[in-house]
Amino acid sequence: MTTTTPAAPPQVIPLAKAASKPKRKLTPYWLLLPGIAWLVVFFAVPMVYQASTSLQTGSLEAGFKVTWHVSTYWDALVEYKWHFVRSFSYAAIATVLCLVIGYPLAYTIAFKASKRWRNVILILVIAPFFTSFLIRTLAWKTILSDGGPVVGALNTLHVLDVTNALGLTSGDRVLATPLAVVCGLTYNFLPFMILPLYTSLERIDPRLHEAAGDLYARPFTTFRKVTFPISLPGVVAGTLLTFIPASGDYINAQLLGSPSEQMVGNGIQKQFLNVLDYPTAAALSFILMALILVMVTVYMRKAGTEELV
Amino acid sequence: MTDQQRDAAGGDVRLTGIGKTYGSFTAVHPLDLTVPQGSFFALLGASGCGKTTTLRMIAGLEEPTTGTVLIGGQDVTALPPYKRPVNTVFQSYALFPHLDIFENVAFGLRRRGRKDVRKQVDEMLELVELGPYARRKPHQLSGGQQQRVAVARALINHPQVLLLDEPLGALDLKLRRQMQLELKRIQTEVGITFVHVTHDQEEAMTMADTIAVMNGGRVEQLGAPAELYENPATTFVANFLGQSNLLPAEVTGSDGGDLLLTAAGGRLAVPKARCSTEARHVHLGVRPEKITIEHGSAEVADGRNRLAGTVLDSSFIGVSTQYLVRTDGGQEVTVFEQNMERDARIVPGAPVVLHWNPAHSFALDAAQAIDAGTAEEAA
Repeated sequence: MTTTTPAAPPQVIPLAKAASKPKRKLTPYWLLLPGIAWLVVFFAVPMVYQASTSLQTGSLEAGFKVTWHVSTYWDALVEYKWHFVRSFSYAAIATVLCLVIGYPLAYTIAFKASKRWRNVILILVIAPFFTSFLIRTLAWKTILSDGGPVVGALNTLHVLDVTNALGLTSGDRVLATPLAVVCGLTYNFLPFMILPLYTSLERIDPRLHEAAGDLYARPFTTFRKVTFPISLPGVVAGTLLTFIPASGDYINAQLLGSPSEQMVGNGIQKQFLNVLDYPTAAALSFILMALILVMVTVYMRKAGTEELV
Repeated sequence: MTDQQRDAAGGDVRLTGIGKTYGSFTAVHPLDLTVPQGSFFALLGASGCGKTTTLRMIAGLEEPTTGTVLIGGQDVTALPPYKRPVNTVFQSYALFPHLDIFENVAFGLRRRGRKDVRKQVDEMLELVELGPYARRKPHQLSGGQQQRVAVARALINHPQVLLLDEPLGALDLKLRRQMQLELKRIQTEVGITFVHVTHDQEEAMTMADTIAVMNGGRVEQLGAPAELYENPATTFVANFLGQSNLLPAEVTGSDGGDLLLTAAGGRLAVPKARCSTEARHVHLGVRPEKITIEHGSAEVADGRNRLAGTVLDSSFIGVSTQYLVRTDGGQEVTVFEQNMERDARIVPGAPVVLHWNPAHSFALDAAQAIDAGTAEEAA
């Protein structure tokens, strides 16, 4: 490994050649072009367009004009503050639930399952994607329907008493309560938690567990001091992939909640499609994006992932 | 291994009837082994011979199918790894990638609730000459440095027994030689029992006081390196440890303390004490460097084993010359000759006479495969 001297001279020649041919230097940029074009057309242009929309005033009949009316942002934030609060709290609860449900599952797939079962379980995790998001969410309407077996079971087990006390449900129904929305979000985004967790756990050398055991760590200590810290990048990736789309989601709140469970996504949808107040809708979108960016930045700082990856 | 040594149990490892089967496959046949306190013990064998499984059963990472493991007189067979007074240096080191070198080394102490670890860890890092690297992550270190961290991480816990699973396997040759001496130095310094698993016969002979040669889940032979080399008990040991000339031979009689036999067209002798079998058909063995090669016209003193032949091939290796000789009986014999006074007449095609001291011969039961252990011979 240390005696690389004979290998050095042949490396010099291609470098010299590359320098004399500027065409070759450009190759990576040509390869980047489709990706950049995609980002410009579907990300940068719409962003600029929405930004300008958010600063317009007017009406559909009279037409919209850019008037730098910044107070639209403030008005939107004030009007929809509870939507934002609900969005972020539902998304946060769903993310925590996904982590609690997904971690043991990913751990089992990575370390306990045999090779054959590993693939079977992974396919089962992805299987829901074969049906549409809408249909899956509608199915939960049936599952959680009033007087259905699930609600009956929760009632008998006095789980509903607890959730009532927490303000997640009211009375003896689950549908059209915050709990139903959280259930839908958790279910729909669970695979986005499991897959990154699995990838990061699967990479851990099982000998690290043996080494920890050899160095007097009990199984739980091994998990706390070795397995979990090493899997942190997966936890961070999974929570981001769950939290970000969940905060912007409106299908679950629409189908499983009542008007008092509406999230920001529902507000944006209503402003765009029903009220036709485009500036407010665009402003709401930007506020949501900015808040998510701030939260993610703070979270990444706290998790300190730069060192881990 | 005398009874006296056995009674002086401190950190000695005693395996009784220990065996491991996976389904219908027997990885380790029930074996008995005693590693005395303070010794450097090597388990040597080709891959898949059961040496690593044996080590893992001592560490508690593998549950034995039969038998018991005793460490310092205490039966630990049922104990999980974290309750055993042993530590392991893993093949790929298994350093914790998320912890720095200091925390890797401190891991065992912290798990046992030691509060003031700084002084001990600093001392241990001094011992392995890694003091300035305490705050680096394992991936920032070279292979040799990582290896030393792995040793430090295990040794700091003052285990009764240190287990080493091919610890030098990932290092290049030069570094490996250096680390062999380093490990030997550390072992002498700390005085604890080392059990070292390796497939490298040179490594085992350099470092160990006692070697157990394993093959197919069994211990073929156990003894001091020189004893195994000079007097192998099986064809596997004869071929796996260094190189041997094995000639099919028939016992024809005896003369005092010697057995007389015919092999390769000559009448040869071997001391009875160096004959591990009663059989009539044997393999007569002699190491290539014990044989003297001379031109066919040379006089050979009485009392030496003597074979006439023709040189097939010779290759100059610097310190020695390797000759391949076909004897008049049709067998091929390898000879290593020190390059002191070379006889210019000994070239391919020349008639030669080979002779050696009968005391350097050994005889093995011919029921064994003559080439056992040759294919597996590792660098």
